[in-house]
Amino acid sequence: MLTEMTLGQFMPGASLLHRMDPRVKIILLFLYVVAIFLMDGHGSYALMTAVTLGLILMSGLSVIMILKSVRPIMWIILFTFIIHLFSTPGEEIAKILAFTMTWEGLDRGFLISLRLILLITASSLLMYTTSPLALTDALEDILKPLKKVGFPAHELAMMMTIALRFIPTLIEETDKIMKAQQCRGTDFSSGSLIRRAKMLVPILVPLFISAFRRADDLAIAMEARCYRGGTGRTRMKRLKVGKLDYYCIACFAVLLSGLAALTYLGI
Amino acid sequence: MLRHLLIEVERLDFIRCENLTHIYNQGMENEYKALDNVSLSIKEGEFVTILGTNGSGKSTLAKHFNALLQPASGKCFVGGRDTSDEKLLWDIRQQIGMVFQNPDNQIIAAIVEDDVAFGPENIGMKPSLIKEHVASALAAVDMEDYRSFAPHLLSGGQKQRIAIAGAIAMNPQCLVLDEPTAMLDPQGRLEVMSTVKQLNHDHSITIINITHFMDEAALADRVIVMDKGKVVKEGTPREIFSDAISMKRMGLDVPVVAEVAFRLKDRGENIPEGIMTTEELVNALCQ
Repeated sequence: MLTEMTLGQFMPGASLLHRMDPRVKIILLFLYVVAIFLMDGHGSYALMTAVTLGLILMSGLSVIMILKSVRPIMWIILFTFIIHLFSTPGEEIAKILAFTMTWEGLDRGFLISLRLILLITASSLLMYTTSPLALTDALEDILKPLKKVGFPAHELAMMMTIALRFIPTLIEETDKIMKAQQCRGTDFSSGSLIRRAKMLVPILVPLFISAFRRADDLAIAMEARCYRGGTGRTRMKRLKVGKLDYYCIACFAVLLSGLAALTYLGI
Repeated sequence: MLRHLLIEVERLDFIRCENLTHIYNQGMENEYKALDNVSLSIKEGEFVTILGTNGSGKSTLAKHFNALLQPASGKCFVGGRDTSDEKLLWDIRQQIGMVFQNPDNQIIAAIVEDDVAFGPENIGMKPSLIKEHVASALAAVDMEDYRSFAPHLLSGGQKQRIAIAGAIAMNPQCLVLDEPTAMLDPQGRLEVMSTVKQLNHDHSITIINITHFMDEAALADRVIVMDKGKVVKEGTPREIFSDAISMKRMGLDVPVVAEVAFRLKDRGENIPEGIMTTEELVNALCQ
């Protein structure tokens, strides 16, 4: 049951988005998010919505699946929408108790909700098209300049790599421990919430002990294989910014200037 | 002339321990002497098995070969380098590949080829060279087809072969295996041992295999038996297993065939010394 879990949201594929350099993807996404926050006006929103939809179609993933990633924050979106609907002054649509719904509020609420949806879909598009390993490598590379001010970029990336490697192992182990406890009559599925929370103790204690033991073994194995931190270390797979990435960066620049023009013209 | 001879001796002895003593928790109440005045040497290209029960000090000894532990007294030389010299630490670790017991706890990366590349990356090899080394290491353990697999999807024997590939990707002269088959099923055990045998034979890598499986010990050129932190016996598998009584006294077994031969002899049958294979036993009985 537990072993069937997949890691992250990565969906393998060969689309343009899959083939882009992960560093370029992360940086472009960052700029994209900033642009979404800065833009104003219906024209800009229409353009960004069209671009985001275009990207989803280009990724070859199902639109419904991507839209599903909005579900966890659906209530927040709804809440924001309602707040805006009632709190913006303007032409009245209807009155409920002491609150007034306005046309301006409807417009604002709609745009803000759209902004949130665009944010989520764009970032989940990154998660869907980039493997966790590529993400880790990209983050290490992007954060490398911060090493000068003492930021542990390599260590962080190594931790993420090891975590990714050991998550399936630990899940398997949890499964084993649960089965062992069930064999001895432990019942995990009934009782009050507090009782069930208490049942976690006999799972977590052995799991932690074994995780520490593994960590100890792993440290020795890493040392035996000449690991001495990030200094002097090379990488087999180097990330390369290719032609494709330059095209994407160019397209993105055009998009940004389009947005700037629309905002300037106030459309 | 003498100097020349000395150099010659040093070339042949790849690992040399001189009165090596190791004490865990030195100076504390639970002080424990794991190695007691061990002197031994291992030649280049040799296949040596170290036998011993739990707590005999064999794993501690293995960690000295890779400078993972420092001697309390005495010396350990690897390829002429003193393991207590910190400047030589990384040289020594690159020279000696290590494989540990638990296949799960020594694979670092989430993809097979990334894991094999870990060692070469650490010693700062050029990326193009790393690729070559990774490919040849995976070929040497016969795992090329699994290069982009996730390690947790492999069997125990396969994982252990990946660990071996990770060790030999650094191009070491010697491979130290610390009970590499203890957690494997018989199939995995066979896979790993045939890989190790092949590395010794085809790539002339010195092998030090620590085990308590007697069938594995029979594959070696030489067997070193340890008990309570001391080297108690040394010799060819044949010599070692013909002395079943003292092996049993140390809590060690001998291979089944050697055991049968020994008991028959004990009952007065006329059987020659040093029988190790079924064929030899059959020949001896059906003369």
